[in-house]
Parts: sequence; structure tokens; C-alpha cells
Amino acid sequence: MSIDPKKHEMPVRDARERSCDFDEVALGYTAKLAVAEATRCLDCKNKPCVSGCPVNIDIPDFIKQVKVGDFESAYRTIARSSSLPAVCGRVCPQEKQCESKCTLGIKFEPVGIGRLERFVADTHMASAQAPAAPPPSNGHKVAVVGSGPAGLTCAGDLAKKGYAVTVFEALHTAGGVLVYGIPEFRLPKSIVANEVRQLKALGVEIMTNVVIGKTLTVDELFDMGYECVFIGSGAGLPKFMNIKGESLNGVLSANEFLTRVNLMKAYMPNSSTPVRRARKTVVVGGGNVAMDAARCAKRLGSQVTVVYRRTEKELPARKEEVEHAKEEGVDFVFLANPFEITDDGNGNVGSVVCRKMTLSAPDESGRARPVPLENSDFAIEADCVIMSLGTSPNPLIRDTTSGLDVGERGGIIVDESGKTSRVGVYAGGDAVTGAATVILAMGAGKTAARAIDEYISGKKDQCGMRNQ
Amino acid sequence: MYKILSKKPLNKTVTQMEIEAPLVAVKAKAGQFVILRVDENGERIPLTVAGRDVSRGAVKIIFQIVGATTAALDAKSAGEYITDFVGPLGVPTHVDGISKACVVGGGVGCAIAMPIAQELKRLGANVTSVVGFRNKDLVILQDEFRACSDKLVTVTDDGSYGEKGNVTLPLKQMLDGGERFDRVIAIGPLVMMKYVVATVKPYGIPVTVSMNPVMIDGTGMCGGCRLTLVRDGKRTTKFACVDGPDFDGYEVDFDEATARGKMYCDFERAAHDRACNLFKNAGGAQ
Repeated sequence: MSIDPKKHEMPVRDARERSCDFDEVALGYTAKLAVAEATRCLDCKNKPCVSGCPVNIDIPDFIKQVKVGDFESAYRTIARSSSLPAVCGRVCPQEKQCESKCTLGIKFEPVGIGRLERFVADTHMASAQAPAAPPPSNGHKVAVVGSGPAGLTCAGDLAKKGYAVTVFEALHTAGGVLVYGIPEFRLPKSIVANEVRQLKALGVEIMTNVVIGKTLTVDELFDMGYECVFIGSGAGLPKFMNIKGESLNGVLSANEFLTRVNLMKAYMPNSSTPVRRARKTVVVGGGNVAMDAARCAKRLGSQVTVVYRRTEKELPARKEEVEHAKEEGVDFVFLANPFEITDDGNGNVGSVVCRKMTLSAPDESGRARPVPLENSDFAIEADCVIMSLGTSPNPLIRDTTSGLDVGERGGIIVDESGKTSRVGVYAGGDAVTGAATVILAMGAGKTAARAIDEYISGKKDQCGMRNQ
Repeated sequence: MYKILSKKPLNKTVTQMEIEAPLVAVKAKAGQFVILRVDENGERIPLTVAGRDVSRGAVKIIFQIVGATTAALDAKSAGEYITDFVGPLGVPTHVDGISKACVVGGGVGCAIAMPIAQELKRLGANVTSVVGFRNKDLVILQDEFRACSDKLVTVTDDGSYGEKGNVTLPLKQMLDGGERFDRVIAIGPLVMMKYVVATVKPYGIPVTVSMNPVMIDGTGMCGGCRLTLVRDGKRTTKFACVDGPDFDGYEVDFDEATARGKMYCDFERAAHDRACNLFKNAGGAQ
């Protein structure tokens, strides 16, 4: 039987139609398409794809189950390793992870692992299974700070082992970046809410409106009887360029823009939270967050230009997001960097003056370093500028927790198991790495859950020995 | 859900409430703020903590009815609930080591100035309070200020209560008359704080100002509350929610802060008008 050299396309909504609303863009595989795609898997012995997955899902196994139409078993296979399959199937950069290792990918297009994961998770959710019952308690309490992908994964893994887990969330809704950052059209909020419901069914308690470092400190969590604390507080303060005009009205961080649009639902006509409905928006940056911001601005009725200082090849965003953005009419200007934002005369943004760039030898990050070209300035007319340049870690926890070592850039320092410099405190996700991906945060949450379990079990054993 | 324990109008447009939030009550210090949402689709708004009662788990807030959200909050009665209440956020006002202070409050900013004056008094400082309002109908918290101030001067723009003029007038008179303070702490409209700074500057007295910019999360995530400090000609971006809300008055770029405060003016005016009509109609139906 010959192998189809190309992945089965996932049905998506028409670009012109979808760029006017916030409903989900990709529609997902049908059962028929999923089985057909699963059939492309070579089921090779060394399973290179598994090594490309930060949470080590047994990919060939679940694909085999899809191939024979046993979708529920496929779900259980994925759920053994991942707490948030419906999320990961949508937002993971598979082309840089599992699919980049696929043997089939050497000659043809790799198996559409992400699309299959999404199909399996959605099929499971649609069949409305009763959520899992909480496992018997082991009598130990763990606190998790932050309900983003790192925190939810850590909480889920520990709850499955019988720990009493409380998740403390600063905002009014659980989900972290999955609800304030990633837009509805890429990750419907109902999916996040469902994953959170599953965790609650496992016995995880979620306390919203509690800011660790303010409402309670890490020390107080220990006083309250938590034996371990996992810090997954996420990314922090947005970075700006420190260029002239950056304080003009109409310049905002991607975090602010996305929080207004997503968490505060500013795209809905009856929302109480204002958002600027611009005519011409410039988004600065090339990551997934930049693509999300650009596509949200487009949906709010603006013309949108993404300005990125390297070439298309170096764009850090997922390929699919870039493709979707282009289809929806987002313009890209590569090899350019803003160096001034001009005033329209009323304290608002008038235009973005950019300088052309050229690429020279790779910098410490291994990417070609952009160098400005003299006398190459050009202006882009704009009434809104969204800065999507990454974030620096939040200061609230490090400033209020003694004995917690942080790196030069403010990220919490951990060893390979997620252990910090303070006994009983573990950390993972953007709070450690700075802005990264959902799946890396989940991987970190998972690793830390294992380490926390070993630490608490170890303590138990030691107590037992002392008692003897 | 957070219960409204008490509600008291301080004047026609300013209301005081106590919200049941025991964790916040234990921690809250003068100068810190909370963020609340009135209902499920409401916006997040920051309000400064105006007091607390740990035994009842109560946090006092005082707010002026300026927009749709504060109108919705004011429409709630004691015994009812609001959806979200989180805090205490921001850095408390530095009150240690001050033996003689001048606390300047303007309008509803007095609600923030009052707990700071009280805290200074509690720590044994000599407190002079200068408070200003547009007219006598808008005067609030006189008894509270009297109780915690060694000297209280009240002014109104139209002279209908206390001396006529704005807060810089008595402040300048005192300074010209040889009064000296370890620190002046000014809280009120941006323009008032800007002029307090200008008034005090020739005397070389440190000035603390409390900034109240647009905010969403309040925990250092969105960057909406950013402002610029200028030190030795060098401009630095700071975030009011985690670095403030208090800043050195000599360093704040007030003109920029004033311009940024107008970012959502049109939206807010429209929302306020809608809310006004809504509550007016609701009131008329009762």
C-alpha cells in the first residue's frame, strides 16, 4: 500500500468569514479523516516522535488505537501523559516537536500528530463521559501557585496520586495564559473550562482572587500545612522597546490587548471593558503572542501589519498561525524594526517609523542577528501599536519569598527536577524560563509533580525510620 | 462572591462600603489597593483600601461614582454580593521614620490620604492634613481627619466650606511661614499632585504621590498602568501596580500620565451614560 506523501488537511473555516468573528478557526478532523491520517503512521520501532514530546505521550500507541477506531482507548493513552490534550492538540508547535522527529517526515510530510491528538480529545469530550472520581487521599497537602498550563498539569498529576491540591489563582478565572492570552478562535474558553472541571472532579481545589506574594506568602502556605509549594506563576511584566513615543495613547503591550479582548471579553458588544478599535494596527514581534494579537486586531476591524526584525524563516510563531494570519489578511513587514512612534498631534499614535534591517552572523541565541541599515527609515501609518516583545518574570513571589534564588533576568532558578533553592518549593513554566510555550510549561509541571511526590514520599519514609 | 457588609453614602457622589474579605483584611496596609469586579461581565477596577476591621474580616473602600462600574457598585446594597475582590495589591506607603508629615488630599483622594494620616498618627508622627474639595457638598471624612491630625486645614474651590482656594494655597502659606515637614504625601487628581510638587520643590521637602492609572490585572502582567519616572534626565518605565502606587513626586512625568489617563475616555463616557440611564430608570421604577 502506498503512503500518502501529504498530511490530510484539517478543515478550517473560510478566511474571509472567520476573520470577522471570534469563533474557532480550525474545525478538526472527522473520524474518517482521523483514521485515514492514522493509517499514514509507519509504527516504527524506535518511536522518535515520543522523544520530541515534552510530556512523552506514547504517540504510536494512541495512533494505532485511532487507526482501528478505538478513540476512547486512544484518549486514555494520551491522558496517561497529558492533563490537557484538547489544549495541546490546538496550541503545541508540533512541527518543532513530535512531528519534527517523525520518520515519515524524512521523505514526506510527517504524520499530523497534533491534529490526531485534537481529534481524540474532542471526541472524548463530546461523548460526555462522567469525570473521573477522586482517588483515595494520601493525606498530604500541596499548594500550586498559578492555574496556567504548568500549574494545572502539576495539580492534576499530584491529585491522581491522592494529594490534596489547592491551586491559587490571582485572576478571577482559572486557566492563566489559556484564558487571558490565547484567543477564543484558537482555543475556545469552553475547552479550558472543561479541562479545569476535570481537575476539580479529581479533587483539586481552585481558589481564584488570591495573589501569592500579596494576599498570602509562600511562608504562610507552609504555615497552613502545605508540605510543598509549586510556583507556576507565569510570565510577568511586558517588555517595551524604550523608543520615543512609546507612551502615546494607542501603544499597548500584547498582554494588555489580549487580556482586554480574551479574559475581559472586550470583543463582545456588551462587555464593560474597553478596547481600542483601531483603523490601522502595527504589531511588533514575531511570536505566537504577536500572531494572536494581530489576528484579534483584524477581527476587531483593523488593518494589521506585523513588523518583525528578522526574515519569515526566523519567525518564532507556529507555522500554522502565520499561515492563518496571512490568509486572514494580516500584512507582514520583515527585516524592519521600529525606532520611533510619532504623535498624531493629539497624544495618540500617528505612525510607526521603522528602520530596515539586515541579518549578520548568529547571536548567542543561535539566530541571525539583525543589524540596522543606515538611511533606510520608512513610516507605517497607524493608530494602534501592539508591542509583543516577550515578558520579564513577575517580581511578586521572588520579592516576598526568602531563600528563593533567581537568575540574572529574574527567573526562578531550578534544577532538572524543578526544585528551587528553597526546600519544599518547586517551580516551572514561564516563571522559570521567561516566555515559552504551553507544552514546555506542562512538561515542567509534570516533572515537578514527580519530584514533589518523591520528596514527600521520602519525608514519609524518613519519619517512619525515625519512629522505629 | 464577596459580601457587602455595610454601605454608607458620604456625599451625593461618594460612597463608602465594607466588603467581607478576611484574607485581604489581615494584610491590607495604608496605601495599598484592591481590584474588584461587580458582576460576571464587569470590568476590573482598582480601588484603594480606606480601612479594615480584621475581627469582622472587613475591608473598607470609598469610591466616587464616575463611570459605569462604580455606578453598578453603588447600585448594590449591604447584604448583597460582588463577584470578585482581590488584594491587597501594590506597595504600602512608606510611613516609617517620619516624625512630621503633611498629608494633602484632594476630593475622593482624601479616602486614600485618610488611612495614611491615621497610620502616621499611630506611629507617633505629628500630622498636618490639608484637604480640598470643589464645594461643601463634596466634603468628606472631616471627623476622621480631625481625629488623626494635629492640624487640619480644609479648603474648597468656591469657599463654601473652609478657606477658599485649592490645597497649594495653605500649603505654601505654612511653608513660607517657616513650617517644615519630613515629607509631604499628596493624593488626589493628577493636576493637584503636580502643583503640590511644584509648590513644595523650592523648600527641598520630599514628596510622595499616589498614582491611580488605568489597570487590568493589577499583578504586573498587562503593563497598562505604566508610567514614566525621570531621574537625572533618564526616563524609566515603571508599573503602578507592582512598583507603586506611590512614587517620588519629583520623578513622575505628570503630563504623560494625564495624557494616558484619557486613553479610554470616549468609551467610558458612553458606558457611563448608558449606566446612568439604566440606574435612573431602575430608580424611577421603585
